Amino acid sequence: MEIINFTPLSATLGGALIGLSAAFLLLVKGRVAGISGIFGGIVYPEKGDVSWRVVFIAGLIIGGFLYQWLGTGVGVDHIEAVTGTPWLIAAGLLVGVGTTIGTGCTSGHGICGLARRSPRSLVATITFMATAFVTVYIVRHLVTGA
Amino acid sequence: MIHAKNLAAALFAGILFGLGLSVAQMIDPAKVVNFLDIFGTWDPSLAFVMGGGLLVNAIATPLIMKRGSPVLAEFFRVPAKNQVDRRIVIGGVLFGAGWGIAGYCPGPMITSLSFIDGNILTIFLAYVVGTLGAKFGIAKYEDFKHQKHLANEACVG
Repeated sequence: MEIINFTPLSATLGGALIGLSAAFLLLVKGRVAGISGIFGGIVYPEKGDVSWRVVFIAGLIIGGFLYQWLGTGVGVDHIEAVTGTPWLIAAGLLVGVGTTIGTGCTSGHGICGLARRSPRSLVATITFMATAFVTVYIVRHLVTGA
Repeated sequence: MIHAKNLAAALFAGILFGLGLSVAQMIDPAKVVNFLDIFGTWDPSLAFVMGGGLLVNAIATPLIMKRGSPVLAEFFRVPAKNQVDRRIVIGGVLFGAGWGIAGYCPGPMITSLSFIDGNILTIFLAYVVGTLGAKFGIAKYEDFKHQKHLANEACVG
């Protein structure tokens, strides 16, 4: 094991902003800030419960723009995919199907669910984290042999 | 008026969330995959993202829920279901595999649309198709189970 690019300060600060956003959404609207859940309700609309979701999702993208605009030259200024197009498609499909069947993703289960001490979210988080670790091990160390 | 306030609140929460993901550099898939690569080039940073988010929420959530109702809505719409079922595990395995392959979970993927990049658009469209397919599949399956249940009841009756 070799530790690289460790950025604990920006990571904790970013995490705290995410936590504040989730707390704010719960306090004001009484909703859980699970991204796959919020987005899923747009793709497969629930009547009378769509507009706030669209606005929230637009906010995510605006947040990304703001970061690039404010933080020019700091942190992430461009994005490089870690794999080719066929794998990107496979990964996107898996993330869509998996989060829909599993009723949540990193935010909904990993942050909001765990904060409510939901056993369901704990099992979900352990399952997707463990699978992701194993997947990266297979891809990086068994298949490509790096 | 309430409606406008509601939308403004959702917009604010979304922007804050997108900024948080960006500041945490979770929008960089290479960083995410390095976090998941304990036996190679390990970058432990993302554990701090989750830790920071969880810490704020673990303190705030019980305090907020004590209010009885949210500021701009009648009641809290928090999942009532707490038990573990097969869906949670199957979904977790599929999602974890996808996350490990490309380094994108839904939040950073959507936030990264701000980079206007072909690769991100590709994985995002696949994510939309996957979500839609699974939603339809689940609806069909529930319908099938319901029909079977009705048929069984008819036989018994």
